[in-house]
Amino acid sequence: MYHHILLAAEGSENSLRAANEAIKLAKCSSNSIIEVVMVTDFDKSMQDILHAQSSDSLLLERKRKISNVEQLLKREQVNYKITLLKGSPGPEIVRYANEQKVDLLVIGSRGLNVLQEMVLGSVSHKVIKRVNCPALIVK
Amino acid sequence: MQTIQQQWFGNIRGDILSGIVVALALIPEAIAFSIIAGVDPMVGLYASFSIAVIIAFVGGRPGMISAATGAMALVMVNLVADHGLNYLLAATILTGVIQIFLGVFKIAKLMRFIPNSVMIGFVNALAILIFMAQVPHILGEGIITYAFVAVTLIIVYTVPRFIKVIPAPLIAIIILTAITFIFSFELKTIGDLGTITQSLPSFFLPEVPFTLETLQIILPYSLALAIVGLLESLLTSQIVDDMTDTKSDKNREARGQGIANFITGFFGGMAGCAMIGQSMINVKSGGRGRLSTLVAGVFLIFLIIVLGDLVVDIPMPVLVGIMIMVCIGTFDWSSFKYVATAPRADALVMIVTVAIVVYTDNLAIGVVIGVILSALFFVASISRVKITEHDGIYIIEGPLFFASTQHFVQTIEQATANHITIDLSSSHLWDESSVGAIVKVVSKLEEQGKTVTVKGMNPASELLYQKLLGITTSH
Repeated sequence: MYHHILLAAEGSENSLRAANEAIKLAKCSSNSIIEVVMVTDFDKSMQDILHAQSSDSLLLERKRKISNVEQLLKREQVNYKITLLKGSPGPEIVRYANEQKVDLLVIGSRGLNVLQEMVLGSVSHKVIKRVNCPALIVK
Repeated sequence: MQTIQQQWFGNIRGDILSGIVVALALIPEAIAFSIIAGVDPMVGLYASFSIAVIIAFVGGRPGMISAATGAMALVMVNLVADHGLNYLLAATILTGVIQIFLGVFKIAKLMRFIPNSVMIGFVNALAILIFMAQVPHILGEGIITYAFVAVTLIIVYTVPRFIKVIPAPLIAIIILTAITFIFSFELKTIGDLGTITQSLPSFFLPEVPFTLETLQIILPYSLALAIVGLLESLLTSQIVDDMTDTKSDKNREARGQGIANFITGFFGGMAGCAMIGQSMINVKSGGRGRLSTLVAGVFLIFLIIVLGDLVVDIPMPVLVGIMIMVCIGTFDWSSFKYVATAPRADALVMIVTVAIVVYTDNLAIGVVIGVILSALFFVASISRVKITEHDGIYIIEGPLFFASTQHFVQTIEQATANHITIDLSSSHLWDESSVGAIVKVVSKLEEQGKTVTVKGMNPASELLYQKLLGITTSH
């Protein structure tokens, strides 16, 4: 059914629930793969570099943020890979999904920073408006 | 790493647009940093043009923006105040020479010895000093000045939500300069603090006597400028590496910074380095290649030549507001959490670095003392060896070296059992002191009629042990 499923995650409860739904869909066909994509905001770079001991430890730290999702995918024994991107989360997810021509995008309805979403609007809303593929928002 | 062609022409459209954005954002900063240093705005503007253009060719991190910076301006304040512009230009040239040497001798490797705590202290101290430099321009200047600073801050923090193409500081400048004209407010302007020359920089030798005395005056400043410049440049290149997911040649960058400063000194510009904030603006605006840095420099001088007349009318409070924004962006706000959660020693190093910089007004001194302090703490922490004893078996946990052997010797010497085993499987012998300490305790215990077994040495320790005892193994 859906071969290439893109799962946008950042470590929140919502993205874990989104992962659950992505797994259900992935299990519908035999050769599907879930690509977990996490976008690190450009503005975080300075703080991250200042506080990381090295680029290796920074990579580990970032991957640790979505380790809850990764563990779930491992437990459920689905094909998956993890892609870390940089940029403004909304536009970057859209760009990547469109460029890679994924079959489905799965995204949680809201992320970690509730306050920011009240001011700027939710990332998922922006993404859904501009992505070319079918998308699933998980509450 | 990308090819030269990719570095220059891999992203033409993005680079030209972002270079223009950066040039617009650079002008107020270059002027404000000149004012901090106590020189004419042209010194910072010429430096920004010259450094950006040169670094576009010789830098090691494509897409990074270098120009006149606050960190460098703060270091040169006293030199300018005591000896004047020509000595600053001479110091700039010498800074370049020092940086080229450091680059040739692979300074980037040494950067790894600078811990996070010192880097965090560096950016925080930088933010605090830039802020403190703004205070005299605000205090006691009257209600209109306060209002202008406040309005500038409101504009730079709210306008980017709606207008992303034009840098918000520029919008603040245009609106508030216009308002000043319309209501003819009496405010201090850039023209009150210096002049703007609408011409390209030209080559000349700084008018200083070529004597040892001159060298004695400029060398301390040049050393400090070289250290601060490389520190901020290499930190910025790490940030740009991370933002763009690409690698850079840090030693080439160090040499490039040197070449740029060396040449800039002959064209009437002050020493500069890479800029964190501007480089982030460049990447966010789509700049990735060398072309973006070149366009930023060229467009900056073009704007000054064309619009120089208008620049002198920019009210100072607006520039102060923009500098406060730069401080807020430079300060690492997660430091408060860091002080609470980081290991005590790291938090202390960070605070000490900031305190020394603020006290001495010298970023270089703070960094050097911070590095020494953290090195001492590091040695102290890894020299803590844990020794547990059970039935005459002593388990040593932690490395044995000159700083940690004392505790080891004292503990084992007091052994009372008749047969003693020293288990080194969780340890490592690093130097002559550690081998000496083992030999010393073993012979001391044997003198008391005890038997001693040393076991669990790892292969590297074993090798060192045998080598230092003069035992040659036959192969």
